Amino acid sequence: MSGHESTYKPGTGIEKWIDARLPIVRLVHDSFVGFPVAKNLNYWWTFGAILAVCLVTQIITGIVLAMHYVPHVDMAFASVERIMRDVEYGWLIRYIHANGASMFFLAVYIHMFRGLYYGSYKAPREISWILGVIIYLLMMGTAFMGYVLPWGQMSLHGASVITNLIGAIPLVGEQIKIWLQGAPSIGNATLNRFFSLHYLLPFMIAGVVILHIWAFHTTGNNNPTGVDVKDEKKDTVPFHPYYTVKDGFAIIVFLMIFAGFVFYAPNVLGHADNYIEGNPLKTPAHIVPEWYLLPFYAILRAITFDIGPIPAKLGGVIAMFGAIAVLFVLPWLDTSKVRSLRYRPLARQFFLGFVAVCLLLGVAGASNPDDIVIKTGEDTLRYEVSLEEAPEALAVAEAHHGKIVSSNSERVIVDFAHYEDAVEFAEASGTTAEATVKHHGLTWLPVAQLLTFLYFAYFLIIIPLLGLIERPKDEPESIADSIHKSNGSADAVAAE
Amino acid sequence: MKAFKACLAGLALLGLSPAAMAAGGTMPLSEGDAPLPDWPFEGVFGKFDQASVQRGFQVYTEVCAACHSMELLSYRNLGEPGGPFYNADDPEATEAAVAEFARQYEITEIDDYGDEVARPRRPADRFPSPYPNVQAAAAANGGAIPPDFSVIVKARPGGADYIYRLMTGYPSYEEFQGEYGDELHFNDDHSHGVLTQPAGLYYNPYFPGDTSGNWDGDPRHAPAGGYLAMPPQLSDGRVDYMDGTEATQEQIAYDISQFLAWASEPKMENRKSLGLVVMIYLFFLAILVYFSYKAIWRNVEH
Amino acid sequence: MTDETYTETVDEDRRDFIHIAAGAAVAGGAGALAWPFIAQMLPALDTRAASSLEVPITDIPEGGEIRVLIGGKPFFIRHRTAAEIAAAESVEAGDLPDPQTDEERLVARADGTLNPAILVVSGSCTHLGCVPVGPGSNTGEFGGWYCPCHGSHYDTSGRIRKGPAPTNLPVPTYEYNADGSAVTISL
Repeated sequence: MSGHESTYKPGTGIEKWIDARLPIVRLVHDSFVGFPVAKNLNYWWTFGAILAVCLVTQIITGIVLAMHYVPHVDMAFASVERIMRDVEYGWLIRYIHANGASMFFLAVYIHMFRGLYYGSYKAPREISWILGVIIYLLMMGTAFMGYVLPWGQMSLHGASVITNLIGAIPLVGEQIKIWLQGAPSIGNATLNRFFSLHYLLPFMIAGVVILHIWAFHTTGNNNPTGVDVKDEKKDTVPFHPYYTVKDGFAIIVFLMIFAGFVFYAPNVLGHADNYIEGNPLKTPAHIVPEWYLLPFYAILRAITFDIGPIPAKLGGVIAMFGAIAVLFVLPWLDTSKVRSLRYRPLARQFFLGFVAVCLLLGVAGASNPDDIVIKTGEDTLRYEVSLEEAPEALAVAEAHHGKIVSSNSERVIVDFAHYEDAVEFAEASGTTAEATVKHHGLTWLPVAQLLTFLYFAYFLIIIPLLGLIERPKDEPESIADSIHKSNGSADAVAAE
Repeated sequence: MKAFKACLAGLALLGLSPAAMAAGGTMPLSEGDAPLPDWPFEGVFGKFDQASVQRGFQVYTEVCAACHSMELLSYRNLGEPGGPFYNADDPEATEAAVAEFARQYEITEIDDYGDEVARPRRPADRFPSPYPNVQAAAAANGGAIPPDFSVIVKARPGGADYIYRLMTGYPSYEEFQGEYGDELHFNDDHSHGVLTQPAGLYYNPYFPGDTSGNWDGDPRHAPAGGYLAMPPQLSDGRVDYMDGTEATQEQIAYDISQFLAWASEPKMENRKSLGLVVMIYLFFLAILVYFSYKAIWRNVEH
Repeated sequence: MTDETYTETVDEDRRDFIHIAAGAAVAGGAGALAWPFIAQMLPALDTRAASSLEVPITDIPEGGEIRVLIGGKPFFIRHRTAAEIAAAESVEAGDLPDPQTDEERLVARADGTLNPAILVVSGSCTHLGCVPVGPGSNTGEFGGWYCPCHGSHYDTSGRIRKGPAPTNLPVPTYEYNADGSAVTISL
């Protein structure tokens, strides 16, 4: 798993014996001990090791939970609560697993944004990046299926909503949906297969992680300057002990945050409805996915209009998957020769804007599309009156301070600011229509649509264009050079 | 670079805020309401008030259990640390008290001849359900199934606060002319008008729902809250506390909320005390490893 | 090679107290963390709570037995006839493969007296854990129980008399209730 010359020297006879037959110690040594790593990696690079810890944590706690969990619609919910109450330390293990999923995604998002910022997806690391996106996809599938297992209200109805998306695919969608569910609806068959796949996928993730490491160990790590290693002696340090201890420190700090959630706010990231046992006859008022999927949920719901021959529902599904698919082609969308955004001031501004877009998409995903974001006026009472029923409605409305929103030969729509006016209007005009409350302001829907546009525009328009028009700052000659310069300037600042 | 760091550091907090909003749910508890109790189980060092858990269990047994099951609880749970029957000094007395309590209830079993026989419950048995099945529960309550109370505090946004608000939040006679189950006349800062309660349902400002359909008044100012099938349950003196505590409505609501909080999360005290040890350990480990890191990197320009 | 440049500092660091302390703290933490993952495989609280059972004995017909499962393990409660009691008591304990008198295999009632009519034994053959057959079926050569798996014969006191089983059917921990109408068997 490394592209450099091996530094492993078997010391004892037994080590030599093994090394001649299965050089596994050499492999581990060359990958995680002697492997030369650029010496200027900052703390954003520690998230790779943090993610490894997350994966191992999830697999170990998951295997343990599977010893006690019962994948049956009648027993799943109670078996989870039995883990919480009766299994020794079951509460601890389950809370680690449940919050571990959130921590995993938190870390992977930081890891991905780091890759975007420092251009880690660019040549020659395209395959590392693509494998990373595959890991991310597998994580989403695993998390989604894991969320179904406790069989709470969100589990059941969330699964129902997501599998129904598949039904949007023309011609075969409905058949695929039934095939996935194993029944006309989410039920015991679905729960059983989701349990099986939820157990399988993490091991597939582990496999792809090995390929991911293999790939970037072949090319060498990227680094904050984005400049290639020129002189191994000057530019790099061996992974151990330099990065084992640095990663170790970061892992401990990360674990403090993790433990804070597990011990003091274990249910903050979840949804109360999932502590109600799943009931196919009753849907929760608001179905929302876990926080880490909210941006994609917002994109899904933003497509409310048909795009040419594509109906809105399918358009939403395409947009949602497209939001991830675009990451696969990112290495070829970026036209800039410079990797790190350190030397691309303009691109850095756009990057920060993109981070904000992603966060806002998350907020949009958690919000009701019809809720007001920016209020532009007080709520009014709206009447839609048929002129056949109340021929004088227009005049009466004006007499009672009504604001005519629109009118034609058949009906008139009128808003009232005051309840008294509205009541008098209804009496005087003789209408039987009921007043509805009209909110005035910008709702989440157009905001989410704009954010969705910006998300895609970043990848498809801004990144390709920036590389062509931007004039980057000068990159340093080498990694050592950049370290020397920045330390020099820091000394200068300190001297002042 | 600074802006970048600040932005990504904020990701942790901001990224979580949508979830917090989502978890906020349907009925925010507004600030203008009567003060909420200071729950002793909140905070890093929070512990349940066992006397209150005991009283709350009495309230559950005498009031709630008529309609609400607690299917996931067994009698033995009552004697576990933190539980209403727990006596740290005398485990045998705890065990005896739990067994004694369980014996009051019967359970039906099939004997060796295939007949149904009743026997007294044992500590290992689950709490009995007030209804034989969900259909019976729905039929007896106008179609509304009384929710199971095993994890109710975790299953409601707002948790114990919500339970307390709901139990003390029903409109009172003094506040409204008119009778329960009939018309509620509102004339406050927000709402002017009459709310007609649907037959068999009861208005509560803290129950998630929409009142506008039965509201005669400005629809923009329909009272907050909704209707539920449960009539007001708690009134002063509704239970006669065994420990002599005065059973005001607020006291009863406080105690039942505390009992239900314990029942939903009986390992809460273990969790917080273990958490403290873990946090202290991680804190000192972080310091140690940080100095180790500094020592290893001290000769490397980076 | 990078190694040469840094070997010196690394070696010096390794002797450093701080690294040993940090390493020890990590190892200690990992060890402590292992405990919950080991403990979770112990019987859960509900399983442990279900490990005792009160069995009424007044309904057992003379010469018959009832079989109960406690925590998944079978137990026999046998109401012995006078002949069976006599057979059990007449044996010279010293001649048996696993010497035990019938009296040693009984538990006293609340008033201190023995009740030889009721015998409570484990229902797992001490050979390899099969469940022996009893009254109403083949009771073996000694009138007690017979294990069909490998042919162990138990007498009317549940003692091994013939066959591969090494020891007598164990007598579980149990006690009579106040009026002697039931026994509570615990694992």
